[in-house]
Amino acid sequence: MAFKQITSPHAHAAQNTSKVMQLVLWATVPGLAALTIQFGWGSLINVVLAVVTAVACEAAILKLRKRPVAFYLQDYSAVVTAVLLGLALPPLAAWWVVVVGSMFSIIIAKQLYGGLGYNPFNPAMVGYVVLLISFPIQMTTWITPLSLLPDGVSHPGIIESLGIVFSGYSPADGVTGATPLDVFKHSSGLVVDQIYESNPLFSQAAFAGVGWEWVNLGFLAGGIVLLATRIFTWHGPVAMLAAIAMMSLLFWDGGSSESPGSPLMHLFSGASMMGAFFILTDPVSSAVSNRGRLIYGALIGVLVYIIRAWGNYPDAVAFAVLIANFAAPFIDNYTLPRTYGHTDRRRATEKEED
Amino acid sequence: MRSTWVTPGGVHPPENKHQSLTMPIGSLPIPEKLLVPLSQHIGAPAKACVKVGAKVLKGQKIAEATGAVSVPMHAPTSGTVTAIEDRPIAHSSGMSAPCIEITSDGKDTWIDHKGVADFEHASPQALTKTIADAGIAGMGGAGFPSAIKLSPGHRRPINTLIINATECEPYITADDSAIRERAAEIITGIGILSHILGNPVNILIGIEDNKPEAIAALEPHVADTGISVVSFPTKYPSGGEKQLIYILTGKELPSGQLPADAGMVCINIGTTYAIKRAVVNGEPLISRVTTMTGNACGINRNYETLIGTPVSHMLAHSEFNEHACSRLVMGGPMMGFSLTSAEVPIVKTTNCILAPSYSEIPDDEPAQACIRCGMCAEACPASLLPQQLFWYSQAEDHDRLEAHNLFDCIECGACSYVCPSNIPLVQYYRHSKGEILKAREEKVKSDHARERFEFHQQRMEQAEKDKEAKRAARREAAEKAKATVAANAGTAKEGTGPAPGSAADIIAAAQARAAAKQVSPEEQQAKFERSIAGAEMRVQMATDKLVETNAKQTEDQKNILNAALEGAKQKLEQAQARLAEHVKKHSEQVK
Amino acid sequence: MIESIAQQPILAALIAMVGLGVLFGALLGYAAEKFKVEGDPIVEQIDELLPQTQCGQCGFPGCKPYAESIASGDAINKCPPGGQSTINAIANLLDVPAPELDAEHGEEADLRTVAYIREDECIGCTKCIQACPVDAILGAAKLMHTVIAGECTGCDLCVEPCPVDCIDMLPLTEGLKQWHWPAPQNQLDIIASDRSGHEAPSNEGRAA
Repeated sequence: MAFKQITSPHAHAAQNTSKVMQLVLWATVPGLAALTIQFGWGSLINVVLAVVTAVACEAAILKLRKRPVAFYLQDYSAVVTAVLLGLALPPLAAWWVVVVGSMFSIIIAKQLYGGLGYNPFNPAMVGYVVLLISFPIQMTTWITPLSLLPDGVSHPGIIESLGIVFSGYSPADGVTGATPLDVFKHSSGLVVDQIYESNPLFSQAAFAGVGWEWVNLGFLAGGIVLLATRIFTWHGPVAMLAAIAMMSLLFWDGGSSESPGSPLMHLFSGASMMGAFFILTDPVSSAVSNRGRLIYGALIGVLVYIIRAWGNYPDAVAFAVLIANFAAPFIDNYTLPRTYGHTDRRRATEKEED
Repeated sequence: MRSTWVTPGGVHPPENKHQSLTMPIGSLPIPEKLLVPLSQHIGAPAKACVKVGAKVLKGQKIAEATGAVSVPMHAPTSGTVTAIEDRPIAHSSGMSAPCIEITSDGKDTWIDHKGVADFEHASPQALTKTIADAGIAGMGGAGFPSAIKLSPGHRRPINTLIINATECEPYITADDSAIRERAAEIITGIGILSHILGNPVNILIGIEDNKPEAIAALEPHVADTGISVVSFPTKYPSGGEKQLIYILTGKELPSGQLPADAGMVCINIGTTYAIKRAVVNGEPLISRVTTMTGNACGINRNYETLIGTPVSHMLAHSEFNEHACSRLVMGGPMMGFSLTSAEVPIVKTTNCILAPSYSEIPDDEPAQACIRCGMCAEACPASLLPQQLFWYSQAEDHDRLEAHNLFDCIECGACSYVCPSNIPLVQYYRHSKGEILKAREEKVKSDHARERFEFHQQRMEQAEKDKEAKRAARREAAEKAKATVAANAGTAKEGTGPAPGSAADIIAAAQARAAAKQVSPEEQQAKFERSIAGAEMRVQMATDKLVETNAKQTEDQKNILNAALEGAKQKLEQAQARLAEHVKKHSEQVK
Repeated sequence: MIESIAQQPILAALIAMVGLGVLFGALLGYAAEKFKVEGDPIVEQIDELLPQTQCGQCGFPGCKPYAESIASGDAINKCPPGGQSTINAIANLLDVPAPELDAEHGEEADLRTVAYIREDECIGCTKCIQACPVDAILGAAKLMHTVIAGECTGCDLCVEPCPVDCIDMLPLTEGLKQWHWPAPQNQLDIIASDRSGHEAPSNEGRAA
């Protein structure tokens, strides 16, 4: 009788990478639904377009690199990247915007670095930033939320949306508009109360900003599901949200004309929740230890607020995440956990303990 | 209820313990041939003390312990020694090692043996010796000779005796069933341990709360004994020595230290039973409880198994279906190792033979890329960062691996268990540990070679210098002689000396040559002084080396160096004596 | 005074430059004294990495001389006993790209070897004793010689001088004590490599 020589442990938990990725995909559904309800079919088209491009690119590159294509496509990582990029892009963006971003994410930011697990930067955010810098007009044209559409105007239907996306025509007047963060960026001279009264984005909002609050709630819900299933730990997201809340509380100054906005507005506007639960939790490019993830998350939160409040861009999750990606190895070096039986934490470069 | 502490990390694999607990501990027919490996424990292998063809009785010593960390082996049944040779043994490598094969005579006749019932009156030293002679090594897994744990000479007095009844690995129920059926004897064994260790203040039996029957079996026997049965929530790997110590006492064992350094002794509960049998009944360790389980076997139960029983014999009596078996594991599914052959024998540390079906433990999926999800870090009981260790192991970055405390990894397998990418993390760590240890060993060797090479160079240089000095001395003497000859010739010419070419001339030349050959007394003295200086230097070097070595080297090396020092000293004395003689002679000549 | 300097920009610049020069000069001088490095550590560091077989395959009489030569710019790929891992380590130390082993100097052996003298054939000529760089051979003229296996570096310098060819280089076999787990093999090639010899892995056979 001869048996196989196999290393222990012999038992394995049922979890695998494909399942983790699929769960992340399902968790984006509430956010995607909110986006679709509030801003029309655009986001859904973005997502589908990005996924098709990403999978095609991934397959092509794997083929070029002589890797088993089917095996690697099964990990769903390209799909997750594409879905996150699609969700981040403005609805009804021209098809080539989505395709270029998705290609850049997969080919340059992921596969050229060695594929899944080897990319130092979040691929979706690299794609997003490339688009934001290259095509600023397309990337800052957002759709007006459903409830603020002028009378008689509605979001384009699915056929019409496809027409807009693939023909490159702009959507009808009144369908596009500013985001809450845009409003704050461009309303210098007005105190917060005035902005809230004058702008229907706020005056008709439940608590943060029309449409956006629901989108953020959707991503929050998805994120909580992922937390509950222990796909990631709470450290990163909580640190980021706490940092945003702290910063906006600190600089709110009671709502003067210089105020960059209330904590609630910042937490539930733009890509805050999506960033916290879906972007910075990308484990590949983030810090590795729990302490490291606290610092990493807090760094992103602070950077997001700084760029929103005093930078040139209304939202900043992508930039903040990329900058924090740079810092991740540095954070790792100083945040090794204390091992059992050791009195002190080490630094990653120390061979001997003090 | 004593309070317990909670370790970080850990996993909850399906327990699968009920299958083998439906029946009480059974016994197998005596196999025709038993194979007793000479190394079943940590430390030096035992040395066979029987010859091929010898008749042995059950319990007879067949191999002696060699050195301090070693245990003897005993014949598991009566019969004939039919071979002493290398055979495949239970080891991850599938390699062979020396074994004693005993062909059973089927009578199972015991050798005369006698125990001490009133161990309270025996001296701890005598009891420890009994335990050592009974060949008892830790039966929980590592196989560390038990007598050493109990020996005096601890740096600190032992105040805590921990009995490990955790059995946290899935499938294994050997300890559980032994406790259920043999609680009284186990408690006696603990009593013996307590007596040897001078009655430590705390005697704790650590047991997971998934064994309520075992806890209930222990409870009546521990009343009024000062022994506490401490149960705590089930979590793998609570049974690791370091983990159990933390769970029970809240203290962490400093990295690289033994429990004894912290005033604790940790003994597996199966070992306490063996200790009781050895002391009270006088029986050496020749059998143990082993769990036979897994869906590839029709019968799942615990057996009292003779050490040396081939696994195939066990499988044959358990309705084993080879085609249904995905792998054969000795030990549990988390830390056990796969056997490549079923002919290997059960040893003192074998607590389980697991023969799972493909549906239970399927073949490993190919590993995917590490996405650094951190699930491994969440599961690690030692608070390491397994994902980082994996990267550095792949990159063979030994410095980083050590900085990330690779050597604090207990190889429990929790990280690989949870890894969604099916990466064989533990194998990476084992490989890297082996490589680092090898590199360290090679470093020591190459440093040694460098030292010897440098010494060699120095010696050659010195020899060259000495030769050069000799040559110079000879040249000088020759010149001097020439000058003398010339001077002589001069006087001869002036006087009425013989004509050139005459006999006298030839004699003078011969005398001059002789004078040249015979070194002048001064030169000879200088030579002796040089040799004394050389000898003194050697003595100095040998002494230095000895002092330096004293601190770290073994007795043998010390002896060699001592001998070298003695030799050098003798040479020095000789040289000094010769010099003294020479000086005396010379001064006489002068007179 | 200060005003007059301020009015003369050239003078001001001159003073500033000279002042800075003096300041930094003093700083550098101080640092050179304070953090003075004794000896030539790079030679020692390279020597640490060499395998110390003292075999001379690199063309130098021992490891130290080769280390000195590397420090003064020699190629780092002349050490067959050290093999690729030594080359990598030295390349890492010197921060240069790691070349492949120079085949001119020999090939990397898979196993370590140790010299063994077939003692009944030995005529006691002491030639091997003289050749041994680490004094690992024991014996005297016209008496049998033997190798102290623990001290032998496996350099095979003693094989050549033996007039009766009674020295064998025996491979050191790996026993249970030396065995350790090999690196996992069932890995899909994740790091991209277009070098020849890296066959594209397939899914077949991986499951086994």
